[in-house]
Amino acid sequence: MDGVVLQLQRKLIDYTNSLFHEGYINEQFSQLQQLQDESNPNFVMEVVSLFFQDSERLLNELGKALGQPVIDFKKVDSHVHQLKGSSSSIGAQKVQNVCMTFRSCCEQQNADGCLTCLQVLSSEYFLVKNKLETLFKIEQQFMAAGGSFPM
Amino acid sequence: MEDYHMDEAELEVVGSMWPEDVGDDYGSQFNIEKSGGEDMLEELAFEEDPTVVDFQRLLELTNYSQKGSSQLAYLVKSWEFKQANAVRLLKEELDNLSNLRKAHELKKWEIQEEHRFEEERVGGEQRHVSILDDSYDILPKVPPRKSHFIVQRQRVEVDAEFDTLLYWKQRALNCEKLLAESVQRERILMEKLEENIKKLETQSSPVEELSQILKRADNFLHFILQNAPVVIGHQDKDLRYRFIYNHFPSFKEDDIIGKTDEEIFTGGGVKESQEFKQEVLDRGLPAKREITFDTPLFGSKTFLIYVEPVFNKAGETIGVNYMGMEVTDQVRKREKMLKLREDIAVQKAKETELNKTIHITEETMRAKQMLATMSHEIRSPLSGVVSMAEILSTSKLDREQKQLLDVMLSSGDLVLQLINDILDLSKVESGVMKLEATKFRPREVVRHVLQTSAASLQKVLTLEGHIAEDVPIEVIGDVLRIRQILTNLISNAVKFTHKGKVGVRLSVVPEPECSVSQECRKKSSSADHSTYASDRLTDAKTLSSEAHSNENGVHCIPARNDPEENGAGNDNSQCSSVGDDDEDRRSSDMTVWIRCDVYDTGIGIPEKALPTLFKKYMQASADHARKYGGTGLGLAICKQLVELMGGCLTVSSKEHYGSTFTFVLPYKVSCTPDNSDDSDDISDLIDPDDASSTSDITAGYFEFQPRISSSLYASGRPKRNKNLAHNLGFDNFHESNEFIDRSYSSKQVPLPVDVSRVSDGTPESISNPESPPSCCSDPDRDGAESADRFTMDQDAAPDDGPFTNNNNVVPPVTAYFDADRSRGGEVSASTERGKNDQKIQNSIIPEENGSGSLLQPRILLVEDNKINIMVAQSMMKQLGYSIEIVNNGADAVHAVQRDRYDLVLMDVCMPVMDGLQATRLIRSFEETGNWDAAEEAGVGPSSSSSPASTLDSFEPAKRLPIVAMTANSLAESGEECLANGMDSFLSKPITFQKLKECVERYLQ
Repeated sequence: MDGVVLQLQRKLIDYTNSLFHEGYINEQFSQLQQLQDESNPNFVMEVVSLFFQDSERLLNELGKALGQPVIDFKKVDSHVHQLKGSSSSIGAQKVQNVCMTFRSCCEQQNADGCLTCLQVLSSEYFLVKNKLETLFKIEQQFMAAGGSFPM
Repeated sequence: MEDYHMDEAELEVVGSMWPEDVGDDYGSQFNIEKSGGEDMLEELAFEEDPTVVDFQRLLELTNYSQKGSSQLAYLVKSWEFKQANAVRLLKEELDNLSNLRKAHELKKWEIQEEHRFEEERVGGEQRHVSILDDSYDILPKVPPRKSHFIVQRQRVEVDAEFDTLLYWKQRALNCEKLLAESVQRERILMEKLEENIKKLETQSSPVEELSQILKRADNFLHFILQNAPVVIGHQDKDLRYRFIYNHFPSFKEDDIIGKTDEEIFTGGGVKESQEFKQEVLDRGLPAKREITFDTPLFGSKTFLIYVEPVFNKAGETIGVNYMGMEVTDQVRKREKMLKLREDIAVQKAKETELNKTIHITEETMRAKQMLATMSHEIRSPLSGVVSMAEILSTSKLDREQKQLLDVMLSSGDLVLQLINDILDLSKVESGVMKLEATKFRPREVVRHVLQTSAASLQKVLTLEGHIAEDVPIEVIGDVLRIRQILTNLISNAVKFTHKGKVGVRLSVVPEPECSVSQECRKKSSSADHSTYASDRLTDAKTLSSEAHSNENGVHCIPARNDPEENGAGNDNSQCSSVGDDDEDRRSSDMTVWIRCDVYDTGIGIPEKALPTLFKKYMQASADHARKYGGTGLGLAICKQLVELMGGCLTVSSKEHYGSTFTFVLPYKVSCTPDNSDDSDDISDLIDPDDASSTSDITAGYFEFQPRISSSLYASGRPKRNKNLAHNLGFDNFHESNEFIDRSYSSKQVPLPVDVSRVSDGTPESISNPESPPSCCSDPDRDGAESADRFTMDQDAAPDDGPFTNNNNVVPPVTAYFDADRSRGGEVSASTERGKNDQKIQNSIIPEENGSGSLLQPRILLVEDNKINIMVAQSMMKQLGYSIEIVNNGADAVHAVQRDRYDLVLMDVCMPVMDGLQATRLIRSFEETGNWDAAEEAGVGPSSSSSPASTLDSFEPAKRLPIVAMTANSLAESGEECLANGMDSFLSKPITFQKLKECVERYLQ
C-alpha cells in the first residue's frame, strides 16, 4: 500500500474512532461494518442511506404531527419508536437516546417537551448524518486510492 | 478737568441706574428665557383657555393656604429685593454726589477766603436741593437726597501785577467767568437729577410688576401645558373640584367645579381615585399611584396620578392638588414587556428543566437498561448452568455427587431469584410494572400457595389457611402479583419459623384509612407486639393507587359491599358481560378491601429492625443474614407491589413469638359471569362431575399438616411427595418432576403447586418417566384431557385467574412438565413468584425438530422497521439462511397459516397487530388445532386453506419456536414475551452473535 492509501486509512480509522469515542455511534455500527463483505460491498452505506431516508420521513411526520392543534401522542410515539428502532439498529447512539426521552415525553403527553425533543432529535440526527456522510466520503477516497476492506 | 469729572459721574450714574441682574434674577425663578421669550409668546395664540378657575377660591387659597401665602411672601420678597437694589444704587449715586459737593464746598471756601466780598454775591445762588425729598415720598426709607454742586478747584492765572487795579479787575473777570461755569454745571446737574426723578416716577409700581410676572409665568405654563396629556386640579377637603386644567375638556366649568370625581364620572377606577385622594387628604402626605379608569366617557385609560395635600397656615389639610397624566400606552407597553420577559423566563426555565429531564432520563434509562441488560445477560448463562445441572441430576449419581449437585442447584436458583428480584424492583421503581386485572378466586390462590409451600417444606410446620366467609368467591386483581406477595411472605414466614405453624388469614375489611389500618394491626397483634407501619405509607398508597387506576383503567370505587350479595352476584350469571356494557359494568363493579395476614410462630423481628424491614437489601441483622441467607429484596418487592396495587403492607411482631405481615388490598368484585370474557378454552374443560369443586370454591379452612422429613436429599422426597399427594387426594408420584422438585428443595422458596405431577387416573403416562415428550406433547390427547390431567385442582382450572390468563395459549403440559425439553433450552426459574406455570417456558429440543432440519430451514422475520429488516436479513445471509419477511403480527399469523416455518423472529411492537398477540394466536392454534382465536381477532386463515387441511398438514404438537425481538426497554420485558408464549427473546439491537446463537439453538 502506498503512502496515500495508508494516510487515508489512518484518517478513516481515526475518524471512525472519533465517532465511537464521541458517542455518535456504538458497537452496533461495527456490527454493520462486519456484515459488509465482497458480496455486499456497500452494505453499510445502503443501510445508512435507508436510515437517512426513513429518519427524514419520520422527522417530517413528527413535525407535522406535533404541529397539529390536538396532538396525537400515540402517532408521535409510534414514529419515535420507529426512529428509535432504526437508530438502534445502525448504532446511532445519540439519536437513540433522544428517542427514549422523546418517548417518555409522549407518555406524559408533554407537548412542549415533545417539541423540544424533536428539535434536539433533528439536530442530533443531522449531526450524525453529517458525520456519517463524512465517514463515507473518506471511505470512498480510501477505496478510490486503492484501499480495500477489511483494512 | 471739569469735563472729565462730569463724564465720570454721568457714566457711573447711567451704568448703575437700572441694573440688569435684577431682572435676570427674577426671571430665572421661572426659567424664563429672556431673549425672545416674549416674542415667542406673542406669536402663540391661546385660542381657548382650558383653565377653569374658581377665583374666589384662589383668593382664599392665597389668603389662607400656606402655599398661597408663601407664594405671596416670595413675590414680596423679590420685589423688596429689587427695591433694595434700587436703593443701593441711589445711595451710591448720592455718595458720588456728596463727594462732589464736598469738593465744591472746599473750592467755594477757598474762593470765599480769597474774595470775601464776591462771596456774598454768589452765595445767594448756592442752595441745597433735595431732589428726592418731595417727589419720592413713596419710599420713605430712602434718605433725602442732598444736592450739591461740583466745584472745580481752579487756579486763576492773572497776568497783572498783584494788588494793582488791573490785577483785581482781571481777577474779578475771571471769577465772574468761573461763577458762570459753575452756574452752568449746576443747571446740568439739576437737569440730570430731574431726569432721574422722572425715571423713578415712570418705574412701574410693584403690583403692576408682579402681575406682569405672573402673567408671563401663566403664559409659559399655558404654553407648556397646551399639548400635555395632563390634568391638573385642585380639590377642596370634600374633594370637590375648585380648579381644573384639562387639555381635553369634556365638561363645562359648571359640570366640574364644585363636584367630586364620583359625581362626575362613573365606571372603573373612579372610586379608587376618589379613595386615593381621600387617603392623601387624611394622611397629609403626597403620593403617586397608577389608576386604570374604565369609564364610558373616555374608555379604558390608565393615569398616573400625583396627589399632594394642601395645608392652611394652621397646618390642617384643606384640599388636595392633583395631577394626572395619561400613561395608558406606557402601561400597556410595560405590561407587554413584563409579559414577554416572564414568558422568556418561563421558556428558559422550561428549557433548562427539559434539558435536565432529558439528561436525567437518559442517565436513568441507561442505568435501568444497564441493569436490565446485565440481569438478562447474567440470567441467560446462569440458566444454562442451572438447567445443565438439573439434567445432570437426573443421571446416575452417587449420593455424594447428588448432594453436591443439590447445593449447586440451590445456589444457582438463589442467584436466579436474586436477579429476578432486581429486575422486578427496577421494574416497579421505573413504573413500567404493569398490573393485570384478572378474575381469580382468593381461596384457590391461598390454597395453591400453601400447597406449594407445603410441597417444599422441610420442617415440621403446620400450614393453615383461614378464609372468612364474607370474602368473595371471585375478585379481580393482579393475581400473579398477589401470589408473588403471598408466596414471598409465606416463604419468609416458613424460613424463620422452626416449629408451630404458618398461616394465612383472609378477611374483608372496610376501606382502610391509615388509622383504620393501624387499628386493625393492633387488634390482630397481641398487645405487646410492636407494630410498625411503613412511613410514607399513605403517600405511596395514593401514588400507587393512582398508578394503578391509570395503568389498568380501573377505577377503584371504595365500597363496603355486602359479600353475601357478591357471592350471589357471582353465582348469578345473568349479569351483562364485561364487553357489552361498560356503564353497567362500572355500576356493578364494587371494590372490596381484603386483608391478608400471614402469621407465624417464628423467631419474630426485633423492634429496632422493624423500620428497615422493608428497605432494599436490608435484613433484620447481619446474623440473620448469615444464618438464613436471602437477598433482603423480598419484602421490599412485596411492599412495592402492594403499594403499586393501592394497598399497604404492615408488620407486627414480637421477638421469639412470631410475626404477622398484613397487607390490605383493594379488589374489584364483578358480577360478570365466570366465563363470559374468557376466550380461554380451559373453562370449558372442567369436569362437571367433579364433586370436590363445589366444596372447594367456598372452603374456609385449609390445613397442611407437618410431615416427617428425614432427609432432604434422597429418601425424603418420595415420602414428602406422597404426603403432599395425600393431602391433595392424589397418591401418585411422578419421577420426572423430581429434578424440578429438587431444584427448589434446598431452599425455602415454595415449589409451585403445579409442578407436582398430578394424575387424575392416567397413571400409564406417569409411569413412564423416561419418555417425557410423549406425555407432554402427545397430539392425540385432546386439550380437555390434558388440562384435567395437569391441573392439580380440577375445579380451579376454569376460574383461576393465573391459569386462564397466562396459559390460555399454552397448555400447562407443555409449559412445565416436559422435563426433557429443558435440556435444550433455558429454564427461567422464577420460583419466587410461585407461578412456574407461567415461567418455565421450555424451548423445543432439537430432536423434535429433526424433520425440519433436513431441509433449508424456513425462517420468518416479523418486523416493521425497514432498517432492522435489512440488518437482520444481512446477518441471516451471512449465517447462510434466507428469511421471509412480513411486517406485522397479522401478516405473521397469515404466513404461519399458509406455510410452515422452523423459526419465527418476532418484533414485539408493531402496527396492526403486535408480536405478543400474534404469538398468542399461533400458540392457540397449536394448542387447539384451529384458528378460532385468530378468526376472532380478524386474522383467520384465508379460504383457500381450510382449517381441516391445515390440521392435516401440521403436526399440531409441534411447537413453532418464536423468538421475540424486544426493544430492550423495560416496557417490552422479556417476561412478558415468555408469558405470551414466546420461547425466548433477543434484545435489540440484534447483533450477529446473538442471532447466531439463537438460530443455532433452534435450528439444528
